[in-house]
Amino acid sequence: MQTASPLPTKELPLAEAAVATATEHGDSHDGSHGHGTSTGISNNKLMMWVFLGSECLLFGALISTYMLYKERLPDGELGPADVFDIPFTSVSSFVLLLSSLTMVLALSSISRGDYHRFRVWTLTTAALGATFIAGQIYEFTVFYEEGLGYTTNIFGSSFYTLTGFHGVHVTIGIIMLLVTYIMHKQGRLNSDKAETVEIVGLYWHFVDIVWILIFTVVYLFPQPESVL
Amino acid sequence: MTDLAVEHVDSDAHDDHDHPTDAFYVKIALILAFFTLIEVGTYFESVHNAPEWAMYVVLSVLMIIKFVMVGAYFMHLKYDTVWFRRVFIAGVVLACIVYVIMFLAYNRFGFV
Repeated sequence: MQTASPLPTKELPLAEAAVATATEHGDSHDGSHGHGTSTGISNNKLMMWVFLGSECLLFGALISTYMLYKERLPDGELGPADVFDIPFTSVSSFVLLLSSLTMVLALSSISRGDYHRFRVWTLTTAALGATFIAGQIYEFTVFYEEGLGYTTNIFGSSFYTLTGFHGVHVTIGIIMLLVTYIMHKQGRLNSDKAETVEIVGLYWHFVDIVWILIFTVVYLFPQPESVL
Repeated sequence: MTDLAVEHVDSDAHDDHDHPTDAFYVKIALILAFFTLIEVGTYFESVHNAPEWAMYVVLSVLMIIKFVMVGAYFMHLKYDTVWFRRVFIAGVVLACIVYVIMFLAYNRFGFV
């Protein structure tokens, strides 16, 4: 059986504590050998999957709320067709999709001990995530200037809550990536602890998966008629 | 040996032989990018008055395919133990149930 996490992690910032906890129990990348658990399954990976399963409920509720409220927008109110800029959001989607590729390449690199490529791909993933967030901030600013505030109407409230929550998740993912990078630079993360990178990667890919849903359901599904 | 342990051993064997290469990941990413291009294309097609039901069908199918591909290949659900898959699918199914309940409740009681 794995032992409980040592106390010092309590003194670390949240993101570093999460990564450090995973590192202390880290195992090989394939996640299949040497797990000293009664199930033979890595507890850390299982914990992350349970967490991601619960996150499905969070985003399921937020997406549901958005879809229901969008249809109930009173006549004459500012709606999706008035503010969305699909070409711009499409570029953001490609950026996030590309970051999933660089994330999996980072994991692949550290698994085979190619640390130079691991550092490059990790920083590239973080940079792509930051680009996505920058795009979201720009988009929110434009929407606000066009008159759509958080409390303007029911569409604005549900839209900003949904995409804002997703943006916060991407930001947390960027912090986790940077902490992973720093821990590697400090010599606390190598190919023996590749599972740590895999767990961070699971979170990152989940954020990408959620965006796949948001991009389609929120932006691409046919919108109610414009009022402008 | 428990069922869980047996499945784990099976998973081990799978891991050892089928782990993807970098080139494979790039290939998956290119396919995902292609599907995304089609999705974006439907937006521009909608400008030309494509039927709304067709938009919903095409976009939903593409969304599900992309979702499954990222989960299966990038998140390694295809290669890892089946228990991770079950945990994640349970979350997705519960999320869908949440939507159905909300949809029915809002339409039945007219909450806004």
